[in-house]
Amino acid sequence: MRVWRLIATIMLILTGVILALSLGASPAQAATAPPLTAAPCATDDATGCLQGTIKLPNGDPAVGIELAITGADLDTVAVTGDDGKWSQAITVAGPYTIELDTSTIPDGAVLDSNAKNPATVTGALNKNTGYIFKIVGGTTADDGTTTQTPTAAAGTGITFDRFLQQLVSGIRLGLLLALAAVGLSLIFGTTGLSNFAHGEQVTLGGLLAYLFANVLGLNLILAAIISVVICAATGYFQDALIWKPLRRRGLGTTQLMIVTIGLSIALQYAFQYFLGASTVRIDQANPVTVALGPVTLSAQSLISMGIAVVIIALVGFVLVKTRIGRATRAVSDNPSLAAASGIDVDRIIRLVWTSAAALAGLSGVLLGLVLNGVNWQTGLQLLLLMFAAITLGGLGTAFGALAGAMIIGLVVELTNLVLPGDFKYATALVILILVLLVRPQGIFGRRERIG
Amino acid sequence: MSSDVPTTTSTITAAGAAAKASVAGVSPTPGVAKPDPILTVDHVTRRFGGMTAVDVQHLEVQRGIITALIGPNGAGKTTFFNLITGFDKPSSAPKLIGGPKAGEAAKSSFNGNEVGNIGATKVAKKGMVRTFQLTKALSKLTVLENMRLGAKDQPGENLLVAIVKPLWAKREAEITAKAEELLARFKLLEKKDDMAGSLSGGQKKLLEMARALMSDPVMIMLDEPMAGVNPALTQSLLGHIQALRDDGMTVLFVEHDMHMVRHISDWVVVMAEGKVVAEGPSGTVMDDPAVIDAYLGAHHNTDLGDDSLLTDEVAEELAAEVTAEEGKA
Amino acid sequence: MDQFLTTLTSILNSAISPQTAALAIAAIGLNIHFGYTGLLNFGQAGFMLIGAYAFAISIIGGLPIVLAVLIALVAATIFALILGIPTLKLRGDYLAIVTLSAAEIVRMVGRSSLLTNVTGGSNGITGNEYRGPFTDLSFFGDGHIDFGPWSYDATGSNGWWFIATAWLVVALLCLFVWAIMRSPWGRVLRGIREDEDAVRALGKNVYSYKMQALILGGVIGAIAGIVYILPASLQADSMGRSMTYFIFTALLLGGAATVFGPVLGAIVFFAIRLFVQGVAGQFVPSNIMNGQQTEQFAWIVIGITLMLVVIFRPQGILGNKKELSFDVK
Repeated sequence: MRVWRLIATIMLILTGVILALSLGASPAQAATAPPLTAAPCATDDATGCLQGTIKLPNGDPAVGIELAITGADLDTVAVTGDDGKWSQAITVAGPYTIELDTSTIPDGAVLDSNAKNPATVTGALNKNTGYIFKIVGGTTADDGTTTQTPTAAAGTGITFDRFLQQLVSGIRLGLLLALAAVGLSLIFGTTGLSNFAHGEQVTLGGLLAYLFANVLGLNLILAAIISVVICAATGYFQDALIWKPLRRRGLGTTQLMIVTIGLSIALQYAFQYFLGASTVRIDQANPVTVALGPVTLSAQSLISMGIAVVIIALVGFVLVKTRIGRATRAVSDNPSLAAASGIDVDRIIRLVWTSAAALAGLSGVLLGLVLNGVNWQTGLQLLLLMFAAITLGGLGTAFGALAGAMIIGLVVELTNLVLPGDFKYATALVILILVLLVRPQGIFGRRERIG
Repeated sequence: MSSDVPTTTSTITAAGAAAKASVAGVSPTPGVAKPDPILTVDHVTRRFGGMTAVDVQHLEVQRGIITALIGPNGAGKTTFFNLITGFDKPSSAPKLIGGPKAGEAAKSSFNGNEVGNIGATKVAKKGMVRTFQLTKALSKLTVLENMRLGAKDQPGENLLVAIVKPLWAKREAEITAKAEELLARFKLLEKKDDMAGSLSGGQKKLLEMARALMSDPVMIMLDEPMAGVNPALTQSLLGHIQALRDDGMTVLFVEHDMHMVRHISDWVVVMAEGKVVAEGPSGTVMDDPAVIDAYLGAHHNTDLGDDSLLTDEVAEELAAEVTAEEGKA
Repeated sequence: MDQFLTTLTSILNSAISPQTAALAIAAIGLNIHFGYTGLLNFGQAGFMLIGAYAFAISIIGGLPIVLAVLIALVAATIFALILGIPTLKLRGDYLAIVTLSAAEIVRMVGRSSLLTNVTGGSNGITGNEYRGPFTDLSFFGDGHIDFGPWSYDATGSNGWWFIATAWLVVALLCLFVWAIMRSPWGRVLRGIREDEDAVRALGKNVYSYKMQALILGGVIGAIAGIVYILPASLQADSMGRSMTYFIFTALLLGGAATVFGPVLGAIVFFAIRLFVQGVAGQFVPSNIMNGQQTEQFAWIVIGITLMLVVIFRPQGILGNKKELSFDVK
């Protein structure tokens, strides 16, 4: 009987999530301006796709770039969407010519002088054929001649101002990462579970904020609050309906971890089911920027950082100063001892799940505001950085997670100074591996924990 | 190997008498030299944070006898055990940079080999095999597979040889025969195809001991062999431990339950607060004021256990102890 | 009914496709890691990618096919050493995090625009650039062969030659795994999975065995990478984290620590997906669920299936609950 109750529960939750999203999903497609979203191209036996992604030198997607595609019976123009992607369906295999309209490239950037334009690709049916145009920093004179910024590979070179800019971006990423990572770390500390679905909690926060603010047209602050509350509820019910019964069944931590992987897969595709692969922007107004000396930040970034600092400080205060916080740390240290000394371990774990999901949701909302938008894999990409952060800080220590997140945030953004954007996450992970070599317990972990 | 297990511990075998005789002339003072030490430990300390769990400056273990390592809970017995067997590293281990002075670094030699700092695997390969306080029977392997795993010199444990069965089948047959003989001795033979996880706590202890014997150890280290064992089985476990000594092995075992120790050990080492506070023959060490102070002082309600286990000699000793305690109080 | 037949045909086609074989091979490798040794390798897709790149780049560089395969295996060995040396002495979680990260690093570096000349950047390498030497080996001729419900070209890039070699590799690897896992070598691995301290106490070099297992499973992963790209193209993003998760799903579905579990799991994995997609496509009107959405719906079902399998039948289809591969109390 319990078996079926569990299955029913899991289905119910997923249906709930799907329903919640679907409420706004269909109008969502209408709300985003159609010409800016590349029509998704799906391959089958009679169709092939030409596609590519165009990025600006700073790694952001290049929106609205026009490409003239000719070949076989085709003569059309493809435009890159909000995610910088373009695609064109073809029904005949063979060579196609793609010409990028350089006048659609934003100011401050030019087509790489080595790039072929027009380029020729060979399209095939039932297949995606990719082609990438590389855009680098540079200027275009009135007569159409372009000047490429010399240190193209590393963005715009290392200057002190740029260093400061990246430093602040690093702190920003670190703070938002910390919001999400603290929860992941608390869950690990109290239950021993590495929650691979934590990234999806972040995505959920961002998508809910989009749903309430853009689709349902609520005030942004109200939308954010509702989103965080709903996220907290998902944490509460997850523990009540899935994790607590599974702990009762005596599932080991490895088993539970794989269950979270299954949940993560299901949620990722549930997001795609309603949203497709597109990126949605929560606040579509042009951001107001604030200049602090050489550093330029959007007002949203500043406010987000402020909120993150306040919330993190609050979490720290609760953990150190309050009864409930001390109880949480006691459970992290030794659950059976904590239970023996009268702490209601299940209640603490419920609280940890609830607040972890709320924090992750808040992180998702803020990320959605600060970055260019949220898509189905926003959290997925962040999850590895979160794991890196909590490992770096010392598994299961909440303050280690904070410090680890700041380090990871800084490393990721500062890497941009010297390496192209592709490498920014890679460097953070390399540093993680190197630190593990020297100090496996992490920066704040105790040696005894490794066992 | 002898298969007749002594059923009453009061039976003193010839080997037992010889073992007791071999240490008869040794003075009962902590860190005393033995006539024929198999294991010598120097300057072994282990600190956890600010607390010193183990600080043993010198200890020798006589070859061919049963030595009991006793002490109250938290005395550092198991930590010391882990340090000797390579499962933990002494804080006083020599380091490349900034370690302790040459004469003060942790050092232990076993059977003529240096065994400090070589790790658990190599310590075991030298012939010092241990069991664990919380049994580590490999529960999803069968009893027989557990036994086979214990054997050494298995060509089939090399990946390249493993692929071709004829290369290891002969040794496997020898191992299986030996395993079955040992299982019969430990009364586990009819369980050989069961998963080890299905055994009772006491049977797991027996299996672990039998598995350790598969490698023909020189010295066997038992960590609380009696803990969590059904009292009915305790008697037979004690018999098995004596039989190991009678077969020529050196036995070192950790125990906090004192009356177990008296019956079977030839020499007793007492630890308290990480240090060796006393050692001597089991008959006399309990009279040492340091022991009464450190050990009995902390446990006034010492469980005297099953009276039928007690010989007259032991009963007298206990009486003497009680008097001593009362005298203190 | 037409729709049903289409679904059935596509399931039958996927059951024998080289892609399914590749997933099965990757799962066989992961089975050595996770099923038999208990190593949490979350970077199996990274091993595939390493193998695929090493193979493709070697062929494009003009090396003979045998050498290219060899280079792929060596590359996977080096990758395993880099991952294993820092982590195999630590708790299992660390291996999980490091393998997960390292696989992502491989993917990010592979798709980086800096390496476009070597790896093709995010566009990858098209199959025509490295498929030639393998196709040339075919002795199947040029025709078209019908066999039961299947009809393919003899040698073309999705033809019988590719299918036959892929499944031959699967069969050989199953035989290999069966041979080594019944040997004492396999017994040590299973012992480590249960309790590595117990195995260490028996004098086995646990670190070395874990490393051997990591390398062996990783090398098999590299073979899976080669099989995966031969009939298709090499794109870094096709072997990302999702791929690792799918390999885990296939392994657990079929049954970890069983010889045929990974193979059955891979076939069932694709069958479930196509079945759900087919049924959803037929019975759900397209204004509720369009073509793209039936595909995503199928993946959602896969995710939930993974959860349910792990919770209710952790031994998978073929496993034996008593000798389950991972910690179930």
